[in-house]
Amino acid sequence: MMERFISQRYRAAAIGERRRRQSRRIFTAGLVAVALLGAACTRSKGPNKTVIQDTGSDTMVNLAQAWAEEYANVDSTVSVEVSGGGSGTGIAALSSGTVDIANCSRRFEPEEIAQAKKNTGKAPREFMVGFDALAIYVNKNNPLDEITIDQLAGIYAEGGKLTKWSQLGVKPPDGQDEIICVGRQSNSGTYFYFREAILGKGRDFKLGSRDMQGSKDVVELVANTPSAIGYSGMGYNTPAVKQLRVSKGAGQPSYAPGVESTLNHTYPIARPLFMYTLGEPTGAVKKYLDWVNSEAGQKIVLQSGYVPLPKTGI
Amino acid sequence: MPALPRRPRLEILAERAIEALIRLCGVSSVLFVFGIFFFVFREGSQFLFHGFSFREFFFSQEWYPTSQSHVRYGALALIAGTVSVTLLSMLLAVPFGLGTAVFISEFCGPRAKETLKITVELLAAIPSVVWGFVGLTVMNKVIIQLFHTPIGLNVLNGGVILALMSVPIIVSIGEDALKAVPDSYREAAIALGVTRWQMIHRVLIPAARNGLLAAVLLGVGRAVGETMAVLMATGHAVKIPTSLLDSVRTLTATIAAELGEAAVHSNHYQVLFIIGILLFTITFAINLAADLIVRGVRRG
Repeated sequence: MMERFISQRYRAAAIGERRRRQSRRIFTAGLVAVALLGAACTRSKGPNKTVIQDTGSDTMVNLAQAWAEEYANVDSTVSVEVSGGGSGTGIAALSSGTVDIANCSRRFEPEEIAQAKKNTGKAPREFMVGFDALAIYVNKNNPLDEITIDQLAGIYAEGGKLTKWSQLGVKPPDGQDEIICVGRQSNSGTYFYFREAILGKGRDFKLGSRDMQGSKDVVELVANTPSAIGYSGMGYNTPAVKQLRVSKGAGQPSYAPGVESTLNHTYPIARPLFMYTLGEPTGAVKKYLDWVNSEAGQKIVLQSGYVPLPKTGI
Repeated sequence: MPALPRRPRLEILAERAIEALIRLCGVSSVLFVFGIFFFVFREGSQFLFHGFSFREFFFSQEWYPTSQSHVRYGALALIAGTVSVTLLSMLLAVPFGLGTAVFISEFCGPRAKETLKITVELLAAIPSVVWGFVGLTVMNKVIIQLFHTPIGLNVLNGGVILALMSVPIIVSIGEDALKAVPDSYREAAIALGVTRWQMIHRVLIPAARNGLLAAVLLGVGRAVGETMAVLMATGHAVKIPTSLLDSVRTLTATIAAELGEAAVHSNHYQVLFIIGILLFTITFAINLAADLIVRGVRRG
């Protein structure tokens, strides 16, 4: 017993010594690595590489990423760094002056413009960069095919009476009659747009909807939940969900979200997508926004599943 | 008489420096706690004393921070969400955690002990966002199928995920507490002819009570404070739960989801900090209560 104890102690000491030697070696290696990294950084972030910070709308994050990647081939001296978080996050970041471009799936509110002016002395400048038809998603096994604006308000609005699938006249999907509302967190531009377009100005959402942090999460939850309904950008469509045709009211024709129905205004809940800068953009940011609105940039809008600006210009 | 070799001055100085550094480390923990409390309180204080309605906050479940017609800050549903998820997770985690701690410390052989300890520590090393992901994708489907409920993101899902996250903490601290009980206690008990169960139940657990309580409380703290996993697993719906299969939203998840958007120093921003103060107060009360209980036990 004692012997084992002693030998263990001895071994521990030996291991300790080895570790110390190792750690010294690791320390040296670390120093070398840090030095190399430092050298690498200064090389890649040379004086001629301009970084454009682009943040905001979660609906637009894939699109903005696609633009940024393509733009690297157009102008290799500029790198565009994209992040999401929601339109509200982009607006907050722009009005505190920490980013160059804010992506927004809704317009700035008057108070937000005032806030940005107060903080930075510059007014936000708006650029329309494309359209999104806000799609209503249900599970692919849901028998429902179309829905009216009023029905959506009944499902989502505070005081709305629609809580069962049978009230919409469909057989409950998977035997579950309760409508599971899936929504977005309250800083999302999609949340703001839906509130204004479907519920009407001043009305609030019904409490108890599952508020997801991202456009993709909404579609994913609907895909995994037979009796759910959700709203998200049209570009997030997958085979596991179904986009409903939407009509303005009972008895009126319904339309599926798409390029044509958005551009001829037949799809009732389509919305413009924006990029905002502080004041009139200059230099690399201006060149980037010009490119986004060019034919090459607009082609990417279509590839990402959204609707490009009409060729005649707005 | 040969003079003793004097210690080099450098060594003495170094020792003093180290001593000062260690003292600073000790004091800093107190400073940090007060600092955090001070800043959280400062951010929320202006609204707290001007225009904040305690009645609405504690007794209304209407949480409409960004409403355009009628802004309401009722946190009752959020408090209910945090309480329900924490309670369920503790109901699951405390028996499992303490049971595992007792098993690892008293029943298993050295090899099983090592394996179990490593596995439990591995469990503690899984990032919370991964747990959340498991809740969102795996548990959601399992719960829908098992209970034939419309959605699997609910109290049950969040509670199970949180239990899995707090078990490792309870196990490792609980096991340490049991290990700290001197072997003479065990030997004395066995010498009196008690069974193993009697020894654990009557001798070890009372002797390690403080440590075990600390283990449970750290588990509770983890469960109350956990954010990312519950954000993903509970469904994030403002609703007072009436069953285990209802979606809820917790205080922490609300802060995480909304702080990024809220304009700095707006009322909404300050209310989120008031939620922070509430969370701070809850954990403080739990710790204080436990401290008093332990002291009462000692005196009694």
